[in-house]
Amino acid sequence: MKKILALLLAMAMVFALAACGGNSAPAATQAPAAEAPAEAPADSGDAPAEAPAAGEASGTFKIGGIGPMTGDAAQYGIAAMGGAQIAVDEINALGGPVQFEFQAEDDQAVADNAVNAYNTLKDWEMQIMVGAVTTGSCVAVASEAYNDRIFSLTPSASSTDVTAGKDNMFQMCFTDPNQGKAGAEYISTNFPEAKVAVIYRNDDAYSVGIRDAFYAEMSDSIVYEGTFTADTQTDFSVQVKAAQDAGADVVYLPIYYQPATVILTQAKSIGYAPTFVGVDGMDGILDQEGFDASLAEGVLVMSPFSASSTDDLTVSFVSKFQEAHGQLPNQFAADGYDCVYAIYNAIQAAGVTADMSNEEICDALIAVFTSDDFSYSGLTGEGMTWSTAGEVTKLPMAFVITDGVYVKP
Amino acid sequence: MVFFSYLFSGISLGSVYAIIALGYTMVYGIAKMLNFAHGDVIMVGGYICYCSMSYLGLPALLSVLLSMLVCTVLGVVIEGLAYKPLRQASSLAVLITAIGVSYFLQNAAQLIWGVTPKIFMSVASFPMPESVSSLGLSSEAVVTVASCIVIMIALTLFVSKTKMGKAMRACSEDKGAAQLMGINVNQTISMTFAIGSALAAIAGVLLCSNYNTLIPTTGSMPGIKAFTAAVFGGIGSIPGAFLGGLLLGIIEAMAKAYISTQLANAIVFAVLIVVLLVKPTGLLGKAVPEKV
Repeated sequence: MKKILALLLAMAMVFALAACGGNSAPAATQAPAAEAPAEAPADSGDAPAEAPAAGEASGTFKIGGIGPMTGDAAQYGIAAMGGAQIAVDEINALGGPVQFEFQAEDDQAVADNAVNAYNTLKDWEMQIMVGAVTTGSCVAVASEAYNDRIFSLTPSASSTDVTAGKDNMFQMCFTDPNQGKAGAEYISTNFPEAKVAVIYRNDDAYSVGIRDAFYAEMSDSIVYEGTFTADTQTDFSVQVKAAQDAGADVVYLPIYYQPATVILTQAKSIGYAPTFVGVDGMDGILDQEGFDASLAEGVLVMSPFSASSTDDLTVSFVSKFQEAHGQLPNQFAADGYDCVYAIYNAIQAAGVTADMSNEEICDALIAVFTSDDFSYSGLTGEGMTWSTAGEVTKLPMAFVITDGVYVKP
Repeated sequence: MVFFSYLFSGISLGSVYAIIALGYTMVYGIAKMLNFAHGDVIMVGGYICYCSMSYLGLPALLSVLLSMLVCTVLGVVIEGLAYKPLRQASSLAVLITAIGVSYFLQNAAQLIWGVTPKIFMSVASFPMPESVSSLGLSSEAVVTVASCIVIMIALTLFVSKTKMGKAMRACSEDKGAAQLMGINVNQTISMTFAIGSALAAIAGVLLCSNYNTLIPTTGSMPGIKAFTAAVFGGIGSIPGAFLGGLLLGIIEAMAKAYISTQLANAIVFAVLIVVLLVKPTGLLGKAVPEKV
């Protein structure tokens, strides 16, 4: 037994060491000291009032991306970075004065790795960041980016911790509390008398954030709450059974789609058929190879993006993404794509040039993003605006899964 | 009635742990090493079975056999390339290599099969009487428990009755002395890995039949839980792995149902600690004096 204990301790040490490894990245070089750009004559025409410079935007900007490309959460990072790459290619193909260089680094959704990835990108002289994709990583790199004054827009890190106290950090996705509130509103409007069960993952900031806001609105109707952790997300038979015993007719799932798939399967196997309501993390459930779409029939998904929309922008994006990755893009891919275009629009509105220092670019872009007359319409919403806190304002869309596709109710 | 349905979900969860734990305990008992790559061999077994059913269109039973064959070869190759050169090295070096192999398999699987989950169609699905299925006892759970018992009995017989089994027990007691008696230690250990990996393939297929989704990290968490189960039952003991797995599953389900879903894991490990304090070798482990 002593041996096993020793081995376990040794293992813990190995992991701890592995986590420290490679942390000694050299102190990042600053972006090249740019010549102070000749102050362009204030052309008071269409530039937002707060924008410091109003010259013609030009040059090749270096955009760095951080997301998990390997490991457990790899599908999110690959999707978001793939979407961003498509936007970069499109913009470069336009041949306009503003061009992008894009480099994506893998963080395996681990905060330490994200900081290493960030340092790598800083050595590469990144000027603007798209990332990180997951909340934990994003919180870690956001404070670095704040100290270095690098303008950052995350496609999908939705916790309010990401943006709190950092004026350079903006989000493309809903914040978790907003999503919880939207879910509560939807359920109380459409199922006024419903008894609600919630199954959420209590070691995940995303899931807990949504659940807390949902709970605050709905606490009177909630008859059962079940939790799970990363370690126990393969079996939900107990939680599903308990929700059934509590008589819940709506089950709210503020979780990602893999555990949700298991929940749907296990509910079906005991003949329990409530209305399942999911959040944007549920997006992707239909893309799983071999998934039996009848399991998800009638499931409600709150998502800002649907690959089955028929507008020109979505259709063109979906075909490009499919060509590059061989599968349908999910909401993360659309968020990544929108991030690059929102930055592109803001660069043009601010009139920044690529030879400016990252501090100047950062301040100019912050001014544009928070100004009243900057709004962006893309794949994941129309007329999105950003608050000074970095949160995006856009409408959530509810879809009902019918015959294996998203349908607006 | 509700109690029974919780009990059954505990049993079906536990039987999956048990079948994985059998592989762990077998390799530990004979090669005296913790093969942390075992969980990932399970994942490979799941993928092979998935591919042969969905892409080659082979029937379920043939797919399971193919998956066992591939995993056996994989297990022997891993043992030959990664562990055999370290036979004289410290056990810590072997352990770290095992962790490395585990990451290698996960990332190789990601390269080959991608990260989007595959939905595994159950190979053990048959209609159950209404009265039984309404209690939450699925056909997969029945098949898992049954195969677990069959495997356990077969393994026990193999180890105690056959010549190869005798060689395995000899290696487990004293490698040096076994070699002096004319036993081919390397071959015996390779054989152990072959059997362990074939078991992993079965475990993978049953795990995926129970829980449907298949991703490159599918095996890692159940692998660690099963390791816990093997320690709980007494590592190295074949019936111990079965008992440990089953108890772990039942305790987990009961804790979730009657105490708190938040504390379920904490309760499972608290029970483990208490058992190990009272009986340091695990429930069915034999106390062997440590040679220094």
